[in-house]
Amino acid sequence: MRERILIFCGVAIFLVLFTYPLWHAAAVSTRATPLRLQLPVEARECVAPIPYMSRGHMEILISWRENAVRHGVRMVRATNGKVYDASLTHTCLGCHSRQEFCDKCHSYSGVSAPTCWQCHNESKLIAGRTP
Amino acid sequence: MTITRKQFLVFAAASLAGAAGAKVVSGAEIVREIAAPKGNKRWAMTVDFQKCRWDEGCNQCSAACKSAHNLPDFPDKTHEIKWIWKEKYQVVFRQQSEVVNPALTSHPLALLCNHCSTPACTKVCPTDATWKREDGVVMMDWHRCIGCRYCMAACPYGARSFNFVDPRPYVATINPDFPTRTRGVVEKCSFCNERLDKGKTPACVESCVEKALTFGDLNDATSEIRRILASRYAIQRQPELGTGPAVYYLI
Repeated sequence: MRERILIFCGVAIFLVLFTYPLWHAAAVSTRATPLRLQLPVEARECVAPIPYMSRGHMEILISWRENAVRHGVRMVRATNGKVYDASLTHTCLGCHSRQEFCDKCHSYSGVSAPTCWQCHNESKLIAGRTP
Repeated sequence: MTITRKQFLVFAAASLAGAAGAKVVSGAEIVREIAAPKGNKRWAMTVDFQKCRWDEGCNQCSAACKSAHNLPDFPDKTHEIKWIWKEKYQVVFRQQSEVVNPALTSHPLALLCNHCSTPACTKVCPTDATWKREDGVVMMDWHRCIGCRYCMAACPYGARSFNFVDPRPYVATINPDFPTRTRGVVEKCSFCNERLDKGKTPACVESCVEKALTFGDLNDATSEIRRILASRYAIQRQPELGTGPAVYYLI
């Protein structure tokens, strides 16, 4: 029974340390910074509804890639009826900024960055660049 | 209520099939592809010896290819990326160089991927990163290439190059319409399939001021390339190998 006090002290110290992030955050009243993405200025609609895009943009990119590369289909008709060039560089980055949109959200969500940019160009930014 | 093992397995299989079917439908709903009919084409090219002025320093075709496809200029020539390049007749057509006009044997000619009718390179690719399109173009998917270089060993024409280093810093001016490649992938002439899909001819053919390159559909009996092949003597590179090259050299 002598050890009871030691055990309770140990448990208390453990709980204090374990919950440190919670009470420290409460004490200094910090909050998670909301994600602020730079949205396109001129374009008002995307190739698919926004809720679908935030969840399934990778599926669209893969279907564009498979169709363009493997089947030679380079134009797609979106749900809004418009016809788009199935191109990451021209269609996606024609409106969005890679750094301020793609990279920022991937970094915020802790999603490892895909390797698109090793080969694909960031249209406006990289066009005409000379080393 | 109890279910038998068989009922459970049937139910599980049906659920999985339903889930898979639902996914396909939702993907197709979102973006519908516009099918580009390729028809029954067989793209081919002729290179006219008598018109080509590569021996006089003209390199319009390779320059157009280079800027269209972001080809790098490596200081180390062993790393060179070749899509369309020149070689002397006597090197390319060794067996046919003994009895022909001596002026011809030292004449350089344009070499590129032959887009064979039975390509050796596509058969050895372990990842299906290179294959033959319905219209005859031997195509590559750089997303899938793992850089094993079996295709380079299989190609009897040396038409494929490997990126030993990252090519992007060595591309003089990047054309945003075309991707660069990355270290560790194989590449080659693509017959400008991205231009063919939009109804254009390859960049080298369009840029040739001497009209030494002709591009067309072998399956179309009225095409210019068929007319040329019917009227001129044409040779292919190593036809005895049975690969069926689609690039013809007009002597």
